[in-house]
Amino acid sequence: MKNVKVLGPGCKRCVATAGMVQAQADKLGVPVNIEKVTDYAAIAGYGIVSTPGIVIDGKVVHAGGLPKVEDLAKWLAAA
Amino acid sequence: MTTSTLISPPPNQVLGNAKLIGVAVAGLIAWFAVYWQLEPFSNWAVAQMPITPGSHLEEAASFFIFDTPKVLMLLALVVFAMGMVRSFFSPERTRSFLAGKREGLGNVAAASLGIFTPFCSCSAVPLFVGFVSAGVPLGVTFSFLIASPMINEVALGLLFALVGWKVALTYLSFGLAVSIFAGWVIGRLHLESWLEQWVLDVRSGSADLPTERLTIADRIHAGIEAVRDIFGRVWVWIIVGIAVGAFIHGYVPAEMLSGIMGGNHWWSVPAAVLIGIPIYSNAAGIIPVVEALLGKGAALGTVLAFMMAVTALSAPEMIILRKVLTARLIAVFIGVVTVGIMAVGFLFNALFT
Repeated sequence: MKNVKVLGPGCKRCVATAGMVQAQADKLGVPVNIEKVTDYAAIAGYGIVSTPGIVIDGKVVHAGGLPKVEDLAKWLAAA
Repeated sequence: MTTSTLISPPPNQVLGNAKLIGVAVAGLIAWFAVYWQLEPFSNWAVAQMPITPGSHLEEAASFFIFDTPKVLMLLALVVFAMGMVRSFFSPERTRSFLAGKREGLGNVAAASLGIFTPFCSCSAVPLFVGFVSAGVPLGVTFSFLIASPMINEVALGLLFALVGWKVALTYLSFGLAVSIFAGWVIGRLHLESWLEQWVLDVRSGSADLPTERLTIADRIHAGIEAVRDIFGRVWVWIIVGIAVGAFIHGYVPAEMLSGIMGGNHWWSVPAAVLIGIPIYSNAAGIIPVVEALLGKGAALGTVLAFMMAVTALSAPEMIILRKVLTARLIAVFIGVVTVGIMAVGFLFNALFT
């Protein structure tokens, strides 16, 4: 089970990003637990400046804009 | 030899990239072919309408019919080019560059980077907190925050294309001057204690993002993505802006407008700024209005001050920033920026009339 956090104040793109993570995980058959982090202090605590950001198992992998599908696959596949 | 074979991408990807570059070039050629036909087409279209030639309605209609495709096409081209340029900058990179910079030079660097660094008002708060908590001085952060929405590359590109390079260059230098000055003043006032308490409590390092090397095809992709994204968000603003511009062009008498917004009255600059502050429009939407105002003889300093007030200060942005700034600090922010914009408007009108 991978713990994925989507960082963002709840804008349209953050919702879209969470949807993309879920879709890609389903496609790869990777079980994920997606959590949306909307608290500004918590988002800033991860050290990113632009949203949406993606944190997988405690590691920041992406910040700013929608992620690329290939990248998502890579991050989710990595153990 | 071996290293170069290792680095070069697999052959099928090279083919894909070549195709993408080909499509981009073909798209550019098609763009120019259509663009040169716009004026004859719009003249023809207006002539087909049951409107008396030379009437107010005809003036307004031809402005609208000619400007809408023109502005949208120019916007697409500018956004595409800038989407490629922007792929060299990211807010994270900008922050690590600005962290620990001293005031003064830091303000100059922050304002200049504000032109290119992607920024949307929905990430104003994470950006602000991220900058301040990483050790970027408050005044330097403000320089960035003022410059980024006000002198963005879309506004500059459209000003250049629609109104001319002199106005675009003037807007650029005045916008930079206001951002640097306002940020520097706020820094000198030492208002760190006027931030919301939780902002001061955040201690973050900077995230260690994997740096990726982008190919030219990736950058073309970034350009196309930017067009899709920005178009989706701003096209309504532009249509509204062009409609307002068309109304001014067709119906507002030139004597009246140059009387109010010309360089003769001391109050025209403050009035333009006060009207502009509550209005919220994307920078791209305000430019057709600017074009029409200038065409009717409004003074350039007054019009540029109006445009700066609309883009740099807006009610929605203040509401978002209220989460990190106390009301007092927002008041100082608005006050300092307003004074800066007015100074620029006065100075320009005094120098060039």
